[in-house]
Amino acid sequence: MNAPVQALNTHDDDAWTVAGRSFRSRLIIGTGKYKDYALNAAAADAAGAEIVTVAVRRVNLSDPSQPMLVDFLDPKRFTYLPNTAGCFTGEDAVRTLRLAREAGGWDLVKLEVLSDPKHLYPDMEETLRSLKLLVKEGFEVMVYCSDDPVYARKLEEAGAAAIMPLGAPIGSGLGIQNPVNIRLIIEQTKVPVIVDAGVGTASDAAVAMELGCAGVLMNTAIAQAKDPVRMGRAMKHAVMAGRDAYLAGRMPKKLYADPSSPLAGLI
Amino acid sequence: MGLRLTINGEPREIAAATVARLVGELGLDPRKVAVERNLEIVPKSQFEATALNEGDRIEIVHFIGGG
Repeated sequence: MNAPVQALNTHDDDAWTVAGRSFRSRLIIGTGKYKDYALNAAAADAAGAEIVTVAVRRVNLSDPSQPMLVDFLDPKRFTYLPNTAGCFTGEDAVRTLRLAREAGGWDLVKLEVLSDPKHLYPDMEETLRSLKLLVKEGFEVMVYCSDDPVYARKLEEAGAAAIMPLGAPIGSGLGIQNPVNIRLIIEQTKVPVIVDAGVGTASDAAVAMELGCAGVLMNTAIAQAKDPVRMGRAMKHAVMAGRDAYLAGRMPKKLYADPSSPLAGLI
Repeated sequence: MGLRLTINGEPREIAAATVARLVGELGLDPRKVAVERNLEIVPKSQFEATALNEGDRIEIVHFIGGG
């Protein structure tokens, strides 16, 4: 007798949780490099994003009437994830995020401590030190990191709320360069693993999700597409497709062909 | 005679005597900014009560697009 068909999980009940907050969308998007904030908001809508990364910067005192991000992306609707872009030390990161906490009123933040502007690779020693400072101050820290499973474990042990290894250098669009390391990190990590940086197009996002990531964070891939709104939609579908493929469990790879039609009963 | 402060790295002379008045004088919406005075956060609830002094170093920041 055939077993009853199991109801297909909808994406609505496939939520993920970071620092006690649940989200349905597994696509986190950046808000940099867009032509303007209106286009940014339209792309965020198309992407179905619930979390957006933001930077903390000095207000422009010579023109206080300039458009502000909060007027286009409502912080009541999108969870703002303030970053520490431009910080090279733990002290800089703590100072920036204290201001972010005051501006936004929440503790969930993205830590990135970079090293060399040429490759924007994270300085992992300083990243780990910064994380410890931030955790002590009560922040919930999602940490941008290299794809090194050893450092990923140290970050988790130090209290990271999420581990966010790069797929490829920031803004490069090269796709997941080291899927083996990403998979190793996913297997060993109990908090969410988010691939952050390196995604160039939809298939890259699907690859990240098929590895079993909790989500993908991207900025340039959408912002610098010819049509960012359409690319936002493409990324939404890619992340959902990759997630479904991961949950479905892919077929084993084989070295030789295996016919799809039965050979028995041939005329 | 106003106070001479350094605001976001620029020397400025301002009439305001409190953080709340400074934010107003600069034409900013206090709900959308965060303020640091001499490397200490000034909570929004303390904008009115926080007096400015000659030579204060003030940072006023907000959220902008970023990755």
